[in-house]
Amino acid sequence: MDLRFTPEEEAFRTEVRAFLAAELPADIRENVLLGRRLRKDDVVRWQKILFRHGWGAGMWPTRFGGAGWSVVQQHIFDEEGAAAGAPGQLPFALRMVAPVLMTFATPAQQAYFLPRILSGQDWWCQGYSEPGAGSDLASLRTSAVRDGDHYVVNGQKTWNTLGQYADWIFCLVRTSSEGRAQQGISFLLIDMKTPGVSVRPIVMLDGEHEINDIFFADVRVPVANLVGEENKGWTYAKFLLEHERTNNAGIGNCKRELARLKQIAAGQRAGGRPLIEDQRFRDRITQVELELMALEITNLRVLSKAHREAQPAGPEVSLLKIRGSEIIQRLAELQMQALGHDALPYVREGLDAGWTPDPLLSQHFPAYAPPLSGRYFNYRKTSIYAGSNEIQKNIIAKMILGL
Amino acid sequence: MDFRYNDEQLAMQATLQRFIERDYGFTERRALAASASGFSTAAWTQYAQLGLLALPLPQQFDGLGGGAFDVMVVMEQVGRGLLLEPYLTTVVLCAGLVADAAPPAMQQALLPQVAAAQCKLALAAYEPASRYELAQVATTATRSTAGWQLSGFKAVVLDAPSADAFIVSAREAEGDGLSLFLVPRTAAGLTVSSYPTQSGARAGDVQLAKVSVGADALIGTVGGGLAPLEKAVDVAIAALCAEALGIMSALNQATLAYLKTRKQFGVAIGAFQALQHRMADMYIAEEQARSMAIIAADRVAGADAAARRRAVAAAKAYIGQAARQVGQEAVQLHGGMGVVDELIVSHYFKRLSMIEQTFGDTDYHLARFAQAAPVP
Repeated sequence: MDLRFTPEEEAFRTEVRAFLAAELPADIRENVLLGRRLRKDDVVRWQKILFRHGWGAGMWPTRFGGAGWSVVQQHIFDEEGAAAGAPGQLPFALRMVAPVLMTFATPAQQAYFLPRILSGQDWWCQGYSEPGAGSDLASLRTSAVRDGDHYVVNGQKTWNTLGQYADWIFCLVRTSSEGRAQQGISFLLIDMKTPGVSVRPIVMLDGEHEINDIFFADVRVPVANLVGEENKGWTYAKFLLEHERTNNAGIGNCKRELARLKQIAAGQRAGGRPLIEDQRFRDRITQVELELMALEITNLRVLSKAHREAQPAGPEVSLLKIRGSEIIQRLAELQMQALGHDALPYVREGLDAGWTPDPLLSQHFPAYAPPLSGRYFNYRKTSIYAGSNEIQKNIIAKMILGL
Repeated sequence: MDFRYNDEQLAMQATLQRFIERDYGFTERRALAASASGFSTAAWTQYAQLGLLALPLPQQFDGLGGGAFDVMVVMEQVGRGLLLEPYLTTVVLCAGLVADAAPPAMQQALLPQVAAAQCKLALAAYEPASRYELAQVATTATRSTAGWQLSGFKAVVLDAPSADAFIVSAREAEGDGLSLFLVPRTAAGLTVSSYPTQSGARAGDVQLAKVSVGADALIGTVGGGLAPLEKAVDVAIAALCAEALGIMSALNQATLAYLKTRKQFGVAIGAFQALQHRMADMYIAEEQARSMAIIAADRVAGADAAARRRAVAAAKAYIGQAARQVGQEAVQLHGGMGVVDELIVSHYFKRLSMIEQTFGDTDYHLARFAQAAPVP
């Protein structure tokens, strides 16, 4: 047992810190730390900065332009980045489609797509879920019918995150209805500008446009955009999920939000004293802090095992997803609770940079208040997306417990 | 970063597993719990032969100089085997305190004896009104010509009936700091009672009526006893967390096996999703508890007292809750078999429940953590 970081890892942490201090733009940092609406430009600009520094994709192998970091290095980078207010790199391109491309795509596909991901040139989104295929993903019905050098795609994808900005979408489509449902699925890359692709916003409970329905009406996709073999898409999809779920405990974010919760609770007053000194509220904070302490170590245990065995992390990542989502939800809930009646005002403009509250509101409604209730609502998604927590428990029961 | 036990630790683990399998089965254990002493002197001697008793003691006193992770390996197996011998109190807690704070002459007199299974120690610290507060002590220490005279009452002293000597906390006058004294069991004026605990071990109350000890009985400095005492109890709590972890792991294993074999409605009950998800939650609780036990073991030996206090309080509070969940769920998923004496499940459950009541419960350590945690 040795819980220490190596001197090299500590040096890396220092290097990351210095990089963040020098390179993270102040306006992006402020947006992140105040929990404001994140703009497309925030994400893209940050990716370009990382790319210029050679850190566009920390965990990618160097032969694809990645930094070749170990899981521990990535953990350090995530933790420092979150603390400093760097936006998280979106997973769809870097952690989802890219590993699939590296493993199953043709050299031509790799040469075209990977550098554009790395540099922040292309924005990718995911086309998995459908109205009738959620947890039971294999029942998807979006069809791709071969017509010469093209597939003709028809159907609907839903719960698509940030597709309104996307240049490309990776889709699971049905190319065959024979055999088991899993056997007729293919993995297709579709240019969002192709005629017949339309994006319809789904407004979420916090009033924000984060997710979409995507419709495909006779969309002609070159056969060259098929990844791997036709009807083998389910294999690639499962491979993708393994990579997606690695490192998804979100420890860095949780730590930042815990610190923010304490700051908020120290600033709010209850019974004439700081709320943080209220025994009941203090216990609530402590409980989630303990869960996070444990999860940080559990996360490192899982990652270091994966690193040692040079394998993607196993089904234990379901544990990380369950607990990580529960913790971030709880933190958001307590942040809202800490506001007292200041949780009530719905100040949409408060999510934008440069907002100034009206003179009366500003007397009691702090600058950090506007996003908190909305984020509590919004974060209910975390136990639903990326495989609901119930699906994760099914995975644990089957893959780990053998039930 | 490496979260594996090393080869020596794995060897110790395997040795203990074999010992439990061969010599300390559930039937033998039940007989021992019902016996007069409540534990096995033969097993105690075997522990000495296996190097268990010497394990965490300093090398200059016949010890092996092991650390908190070595103790963790042992305590996980103490949990799995529901071992009744006073390992935690004698070796981890009291010998640890002696090694940390006692004068060299006392260390030389006691520690090799402990390593050789010739001496058992118990901690007489808590009092009827103290609950879990080590500092709340009414027992008095009065200076005499030969040394000290101790008077007071110590409640629920773990493994008191078998102890050859006690470490007693007392203070000169109200407002003074604590002092620690070694009191032999044979001292005049010392009365020790004996009762079984809910988990089958033994404890007793210790009454001191003008018990005289020499000046050389002092452990540490006059009035400076609280810091080493608190540290020793923290080391013991980290070990207790590992014991709880061992039990949780054993309970999860037993429950999982039961879910796979018990049939109702024509299928193994593990086919039911309601039970699968509860079992998944138990698995998560065990893994998170393991991480907490690792944190406690890692920080308990460090020089930073605040970090130690914080980590140990966090682990005890967290594991208290995880243990309650796993214990209660294991009983529930075993159905009627969970509430009978003849299955080990109920004995694991009772031991877990008593660990929660030992050295501070979840509420106590939540408060202690909040006090120790840097804000924000």
